[in-house]
Amino acid sequence: MWKSSNREDDRVPAPTNVPSPSVPTINAPLADVTHPKAEVPQKMADIAHIGKSVVIRGELSGSEDLFLDGEVEGSIELKGHSLTIGPNGRIKANIHAQEVVINGRVEGNIRGTDRVELKKSAVLTGDIFTQRIVIEEGAFFKGAVDIQKADAKPEIKPEPKKEAVPVAAAAAVGVAPVVHTPTA
Amino acid sequence: MAPSFLDRIFGRGDKSASGAAASKERIQRRSTGFQQFMKTVGREENIWVLDLGPTSPDNIKHITERGHRIYNEDLLSEATRQDLKTKSTEPGKENELVVDVDRFLAENLRHEREQFDAVMAWDVTDYLPEEVVKATIERIHTIMKPGGILLAFFHTRDAGPDAPYYRYNIGDPETLELQRGPEFKLQRVFNNRHI
Repeated sequence: MWKSSNREDDRVPAPTNVPSPSVPTINAPLADVTHPKAEVPQKMADIAHIGKSVVIRGELSGSEDLFLDGEVEGSIELKGHSLTIGPNGRIKANIHAQEVVINGRVEGNIRGTDRVELKKSAVLTGDIFTQRIVIEEGAFFKGAVDIQKADAKPEIKPEPKKEAVPVAAAAAVGVAPVVHTPTA
Repeated sequence: MAPSFLDRIFGRGDKSASGAAASKERIQRRSTGFQQFMKTVGREENIWVLDLGPTSPDNIKHITERGHRIYNEDLLSEATRQDLKTKSTEPGKENELVVDVDRFLAENLRHEREQFDAVMAWDVTDYLPEEVVKATIERIHTIMKPGGILLAFFHTRDAGPDAPYYRYNIGDPETLELQRGPEFKLQRVFNNRHI
């Protein structure tokens, strides 16, 4: 009476012709979120975080504070927010943010509308445009410092526009989407 | 970071990523040349100042506080980079490594003609490798404005290649604070005629 049925037509058929959602593949392994000995901001929950194994080539922009410990080549725009480059950060980009704190290596011009700080492990090659600057003993810096008042216009030459990283790519590695989605 | 037991035995100092070792202790030094330099800088507005020493937060602070712009370029660290070395073409010295002057100037002191109103060269020229001295002075001359002011210090007697190198930090408009710096070797002592 209660035979188990092994008939094929009793089994739930596997869905066919249903396209599986495309997930962009990312060569980099999952981001490492541990940061021993790093100058990590206290409220990590409020700050977007890019780990040291992540590599980004293109425009990186967002509307929240960012801790960046990976590699970026292109440009970084965080107007009105703060950017912290971690000790493992390797940046080749012009940077525009309200506040910029550098612990790692940066090649590019820095525009901090409020403040720029170079920690002792910082290695910066590029010009700094800001209202206030703090440089710790031990930091390496090659470039110009131009202290600008709040209403002064910056002198940074714009970088040529590069291809932006899709938001899905950032979401796939488990980080908050801080990457600007290009409007096609 | 304090030197380890082995560092003390082998005489290795504490090095940062750029190879620059600096002690925290500072020696104060008054210099009439420096006072004159700062008076001239203080009379001007919004000028360009070039600092050829290691990164000094104090120098950046003192110059920018006066409303000026400053460019920092650690010339000695650049001149002693191993990747800028090449084999000498001088007869009899083919096995010696010397600085590739063209590459050195392609990567350093790359500024517009007559850009700088003032240059703080400290005693850099006493420590530069011989092959880059003339080219460096010529480049500095090119990038300085006519009537610009150059501050340079020179050793008055030969203290030998192990003479300690000091970083120059601006303490106030009349006083410099010398800080034992990286281990650069004194290359020469210029006499007044050479200067």
